[in-house]
Amino acid sequence: MKDFISQPWSWYLSGALIGLTVPALLLLGNKHFGISSSLRHICAACLPGKVPFFQYDWKREVWNLFFVAGIVAGAALAVSFLSDHQPVKVSTNTVQALADLGIVTDGNLAPVSIFNFSNLFTLKGLVFFVIGGFLVGFGTRYAGGCTSGHSIMGLSTLQWPSLLATCCFMAGGFAVVHLVFPWLFKII
Amino acid sequence: MKKINDEFTERAVVHSDECGAANDQVATESLVGSNLKYLGVGILFGIIAVKSEIISWYRIQEMFRLHSFHMYGVIGTAVVVGAISVWMIKRFNIKTIQGEKVIFHAKPFHWGNVIGGLMFGLGWGITGACPGPLFAQIGSGLVVVIVTLISAVAGTYAYGVLQRKLPH
Repeated sequence: MKDFISQPWSWYLSGALIGLTVPALLLLGNKHFGISSSLRHICAACLPGKVPFFQYDWKREVWNLFFVAGIVAGAALAVSFLSDHQPVKVSTNTVQALADLGIVTDGNLAPVSIFNFSNLFTLKGLVFFVIGGFLVGFGTRYAGGCTSGHSIMGLSTLQWPSLLATCCFMAGGFAVVHLVFPWLFKII
Repeated sequence: MKKINDEFTERAVVHSDECGAANDQVATESLVGSNLKYLGVGILFGIIAVKSEIISWYRIQEMFRLHSFHMYGVIGTAVVVGAISVWMIKRFNIKTIQGEKVIFHAKPFHWGNVIGGLMFGLGWGITGACPGPLFAQIGSGLVVVIVTLISAVAGTYAYGVLQRKLPH
């Protein structure tokens, strides 16, 4: 059993458990699965200024902040107690494609050559942390949801705008990986 | 019997405007006590996110390069299980643990679905994380991602400031 838990979980087990988050939140208290909303509540709770978009009773939505705090804690628990610490197995095609860009597949969650503090004030850091993060925060709110709110909750309730949004998420991702990365990694 | 057009019931609770993840509970909730159960669901979600490796930057690269089925399998299965659950809640009129009717909202189309969706897609490809995995990456020890998260909060704030000027 311990071996079963500590190795990486299959896509069907993982997917089924993530899918069950939808009824769990609905039945525990009529809450709609959606994680990017937490970013809005953080703005409403912490940032000053009279922006109408953030003038609402964030305390009513505070469940969402408890939920994301749980994600941080759960991830820490999983890494500390439920992991066999084997390197992430990456497809050989991807390893090769990344090698062509000069990125070594190092067995970590994300390549240390990019995701480390010494890159923070470099062009790499600007692109991967500041611009990337900004696009995630701006884009999800503009789109009205993210992978959880649109792709999982929206598609589960059969809403075509969520399908459209999901297609656009994918299109953006394909564009950045195939069109932007090849020249981006020449200059940074 | 429930009529089809009752499916998207008028909100029982007034939300500011389109609130991505609505709270439709009518019964009053305490600030901490009532919300601890969502901390629990979050902990389970965080564990699943790590164990499924969906928080790995490499897995997102594989997905956008069509080199692995893993991410498609995870998201596809999640949608199927979510859809069956929603269907069952509607079909058998399953109530919340407070005994309230489960409320669903239509997500009306606006151009943000397309423009914002593309912007988020770009960010997803770069950071290798959507908002859930951002939190999970931080929890799993990728501390520098706190900077990405702060930037994402800044992006959300910028959207809030510019909202009225953007096409929707």
